[in-house]
Amino acid sequence: MNDAAERKLALSHLWVAFIAFIVACFMGEYQVLERSGFIPALDSPSVYFASVSTHGVLMAFVLTIFFIMGFGYYIAATSLQQPVWNKPLAWGAFWLALAGVVMAAVPLLTGKASVLYTFYPPIVAHAAFYIGATLLVVGSWVWCVIMLVMFIQWKKANPGQPVPLAMFATAMNAMLWLWTSAGVAVEVLFQLIPWSLGWMDAIDPGLARTLFAWTLHPIVYFWLIPAYTAFYVFVPKQAGGFVFSDEMARLTFILLAVFALPIGFHHLYMDPEQARGWKLLHGIGTFVVALPTLVTGFSVIASLEIAGRLRGGKGLFGWIGSLPWTNTMVLSVILSLLMLIFGGFGGIVNASYAMNAMIHNTAWVPGHFHLIFAGTTVIMYFAIAYYFWPLLVKKPLFSNPMALVQLWTWFIGMSILTTPWHVLGLLGQPRRISTVVYNNLLTLSWKPYELMMILGGLILLGSACLFIYNLAKTQLNPAAEAFEQQIEYAETVTPVESLPEWLNDFKLWNKVIAVLMAISFGYPILQFFFMDTSGSSPWGF
Amino acid sequence: MQIEPLKSKYGQLLRDFYTQLRAIHIDQLERKWITITVIVIGLFVGIITIDAFFHGINPPSKVETVDSATLHLNKEFAEDNLGVQVNNSGGITIRMVAGRYSFFPKHISVPAETKLTFRWVSMDVLHGVHIPMTNMSTMIVPGYVAEITTTFPKPGEYPVLCNEYCGLGHNHMWSNISVIAKEDWTAPVKLPAKGGSNNE
Repeated sequence: MNDAAERKLALSHLWVAFIAFIVACFMGEYQVLERSGFIPALDSPSVYFASVSTHGVLMAFVLTIFFIMGFGYYIAATSLQQPVWNKPLAWGAFWLALAGVVMAAVPLLTGKASVLYTFYPPIVAHAAFYIGATLLVVGSWVWCVIMLVMFIQWKKANPGQPVPLAMFATAMNAMLWLWTSAGVAVEVLFQLIPWSLGWMDAIDPGLARTLFAWTLHPIVYFWLIPAYTAFYVFVPKQAGGFVFSDEMARLTFILLAVFALPIGFHHLYMDPEQARGWKLLHGIGTFVVALPTLVTGFSVIASLEIAGRLRGGKGLFGWIGSLPWTNTMVLSVILSLLMLIFGGFGGIVNASYAMNAMIHNTAWVPGHFHLIFAGTTVIMYFAIAYYFWPLLVKKPLFSNPMALVQLWTWFIGMSILTTPWHVLGLLGQPRRISTVVYNNLLTLSWKPYELMMILGGLILLGSACLFIYNLAKTQLNPAAEAFEQQIEYAETVTPVESLPEWLNDFKLWNKVIAVLMAISFGYPILQFFFMDTSGSSPWGF
Repeated sequence: MQIEPLKSKYGQLLRDFYTQLRAIHIDQLERKWITITVIVIGLFVGIITIDAFFHGINPPSKVETVDSATLHLNKEFAEDNLGVQVNNSGGITIRMVAGRYSFFPKHISVPAETKLTFRWVSMDVLHGVHIPMTNMSTMIVPGYVAEITTTFPKPGEYPVLCNEYCGLGHNHMWSNISVIAKEDWTAPVKLPAKGGSNNE
């Protein structure tokens, strides 16, 4: 198949994602420096909060959405062995989303949208920020439609056949994102945009927070699913083994999507506008979603063990040493799992209902999500990029040793950054402060940890630069000889011939999700229309 | 409505689903792992649920509305009523207003080892408050009263910190609380009301 058009499409998306990423990395390092107060000349709340808002939007929305779109197009084209459906539409979505990013970037960078990427009404940003963010999301919805159309077309052309696992996971993610983004879309379209333009006098921040909580948990799984997809479909092959179980992988993706959605209230544990029964219900759901993650951990380690033993590893732990540690995909998955173990542990503390009071909105929280997102997830984005780049540009990777150094330094930098961040949270430091001005002895104990964070950030920034340099060199290098390598999807220990329809389709799961969402969000949203609430007018910052 | 046909239809669907689920190839080792994880998760959920229902350990969740724009006219959160008050029943209630950029009153004294009920409201934007080394933590959302009951075990001077971004001066939003040994604490003298009950 001549997939030049698909390769260009994927590459364009991935470059937007990684340019956003590197810009945001520079901002991250500036932020740890500014926040520590060691360089008084840097001290400026207005620059700091503009930077934090931009860093959040670039990392959480631009890097992720563009990466997932580019990844999805290439997965769909290669796993289904067919061209991307309606490429002009796909390019339209690309330009729409990019225009949205530019539109949002102007108020962000000029300090007109320092409301953080979580919006926080009743503080109001320039309307262009909300409209730009909306265009970005609308662009991603078009991608969802393209993925689902390709999924359905392939199923029609191959009745009774199991959809390739990689495409099953990608289409599942498209469906998950449509459900996920509905909450924030309602908030932005019916509250924030009309209110910021002055068409509405007041909005209820309680309702706005509830709608945002709808999106806030499953969005994490939207970011994570490409990493999990790589765990299942690329890692076993790269390590020299097999997928442990195809059916369990599908079941895992289904459980992730179904249970990621109705549990957003763990972000509202400390909020006064929701009652405890609903919070407890969402809290229990939060623990349920740990199950597919634990199963994934098992499957990945099992497929690595198969590979290690096939490569001659002996004994209880001998197989670990015989894994190909110099393969970027294998090294990434090992480092990713290590960070997942620690990040998951922290996540259980956050999820534990009333215990959340100990760490809520402290420095612990950004420590946690940097470890689990920028660590576990983004390191797999790197691994995918190192694997895809040679396939997309038809040239070998510029430097494998450099890639290995980059992955190790990312892991080390992330450990040095996030460990003190967690400790600061336990010592009571609030997140989202631009500098420490509290006249209290307690703050003295914070200083050494902030110093460590600067070092961690510096290592991460260096690592990020190496990553971009390696990708750019790969692409710009003159091609020496024809590069013939093809994408390789891992095989299963026992290949599946047929699957029950509910493991090969989303119809049943959409119904289950609809019921669960109605139960867990129905009354909590409707209550705002029964209660005697008084809205908030817009406030500057 | 006919219950029986529906019952048999969905019963059959569930039975089919269960049979197909049982037919999935799951390795013996993986089965054991899933059993262990289900037990561990069940244990965590069980402890949290028992604590919530039998020991009353819950996050602040009293869904109570208030008009944040007219707090100064509101009887409960008018200036005279803020701070520490001993109720007729002997309980202690602390009413606090959060506003850019402080918590009012700026300093309060409370007894240690005593049940305290805090009632927080915002007069402007979103805030959050926590007192480090204690479990006094809540969001303060405009339009709602955040009520939380807790006990401070250790006397000392504690900072009261805003933990939610509320504007460019957010760093400066903090106040103080003195936790005083139970036997040394005396209830604040209630001054004759300046505004009184007719300040609406």
